[in-house]
Amino acid sequence: MKEEIIKLDHITYKYEQENVLEDINLTVREGDFLAIVGPNGSGKSTLLKLLLGINKVQQGEIFLFGVKISRFKSWERIGYVSQKANSFNSGFPATVEEVVASGLTKKIGLFRFYTKKHREKVIQALREVGMQDFLHRTVGDLSGGQQQRVFIARALVSDPELLILDEPTVGVDVQNVSNFYELLYDLNRNLGLTLILVTHDTGTITEKVTHIACLNKRLHFHGDSNEYEELNNQDMSAFYGHDVCTIKHDH
Amino acid sequence: MLAMFQYEFLQNAFLSGLIIGVIAPLLGVFIVVRKLSLIADALSHVTLTGIAASLLLSKEFPALFANLNPLYLGMGFSVGGSLFIERLRSVYKHYQELAIPIILSGGVGLGAIFISMANGFNVDLFSYLFGSVSAVGRADLWIIAIISIIVVFTVIFLYKELFLLSFDEEHAKTSGISAKTIHFIFIVLVALVIAISMRIVGVLLVSALMTLPVAAALKVAKSFKQTIFMSILFGEIAVIGGLFSAYYLNLAPGGTIVVLAILVLLATILFKKWQVTR
Repeated sequence: MKEEIIKLDHITYKYEQENVLEDINLTVREGDFLAIVGPNGSGKSTLLKLLLGINKVQQGEIFLFGVKISRFKSWERIGYVSQKANSFNSGFPATVEEVVASGLTKKIGLFRFYTKKHREKVIQALREVGMQDFLHRTVGDLSGGQQQRVFIARALVSDPELLILDEPTVGVDVQNVSNFYELLYDLNRNLGLTLILVTHDTGTITEKVTHIACLNKRLHFHGDSNEYEELNNQDMSAFYGHDVCTIKHDH
Repeated sequence: MLAMFQYEFLQNAFLSGLIIGVIAPLLGVFIVVRKLSLIADALSHVTLTGIAASLLLSKEFPALFANLNPLYLGMGFSVGGSLFIERLRSVYKHYQELAIPIILSGGVGLGAIFISMANGFNVDLFSYLFGSVSAVGRADLWIIAIISIIVVFTVIFLYKELFLLSFDEEHAKTSGISAKTIHFIFIVLVALVIAISMRIVGVLLVSALMTLPVAAALKVAKSFKQTIFMSILFGEIAVIGGLFSAYYLNLAPGGTIVVLAILVLLATILFKKWQVTR
């Protein structure tokens, strides 16, 4: 059995008096590519905040790499990519190299400097996302999809074992979305990186991921993507409360 | 022309100018990209309050404070003001910019009270407002040099952290570096630099020296490091050129420095336009 990277054990979370998450049980193992899908207000972002240690566990328990989250210290093993393409200051005068290198800040440590060795890591991380030719370009001049790749490289540069992506395709144009998922697929299959992708996009992802979790306060379905395909549309409509796009697989 | 440097006061003014031309734009880069320019303005006004307090003390209690360098209380008030701004920003989480008018008006108000209590000052307040070529003493120069060494070394050693904090505050917080401490150190440095720059450019124009060279550099620089170096270059052009013209034309250096900085800014904007249309 592969190592348990994340284990959520009967997690319930309340804002004010209202349950946002109810009795969530979820296990992510090494090498998994899990998509957490769900409509707005389904508790996706709360779940992420719990996983990243931003919100504290109220009921139940979370284990990261087998360690209780309240005692977990090795945050450098987890990389996080937020919905950055939307929110960063695009007038910021930094090159791709400078941005990716900033992902090494914690790893290099206080009062130490960026050296040639670190530069090679930056170039390697950019190669992994296919952006090595953009080293000296200003980030603000890149397209949304390219910027998102740069932010993934920034997360990859410190060699995380788990990468968590929060709606990474928001602000990326449609054509580039499928390229982007292709990249995630490669990172998962070729580098063996464990991935968690939070999205409301149920269409294209299913053929790339290994597991899918449907969240709407409760976890309605958690299984590998083949089982997900067998779910008929009726179930999904009931889950989302409206029609959802059909999942097509050509292979 | 070199003959003018036989005067000690001119040596002091130009050496201080050279130093300030480096550190004001250096911190200015971080201030501008973090959109904190108005904080510099508020702190410079609080510095004036400290100077007024110091002048009042030396007038009322000449036995104790006759030789007190106004720079010390200026720095003290500026640092105190910066801490107060941070406090107010966390009190008004959703109206963070409110901290600035509160501190700015509070500083000027208190300063006005100190000045009127002293029935006006016999020293030239004008030189504190708009800078002076002749007012910088040897003691001032030493303070300026020591603070600047501290500032430069801190920025070099915390460069990675300051960059991360400026580019992506959220990521800085989730990546496990102590973002709060770094921000605190940064804001104290800003307060100190504002206080020591005031002797040359004056209270009202200190923030201009921190922002105008950066505004010009943003137009032409291709990376963050380049932005820093160009800001310093433009800052030096403005300070040295401004001091020379202030001396020869008998003008307030704050005015000549800022006008030169604006000319440099216009030149970079025009250069950029020309580059795009070419």
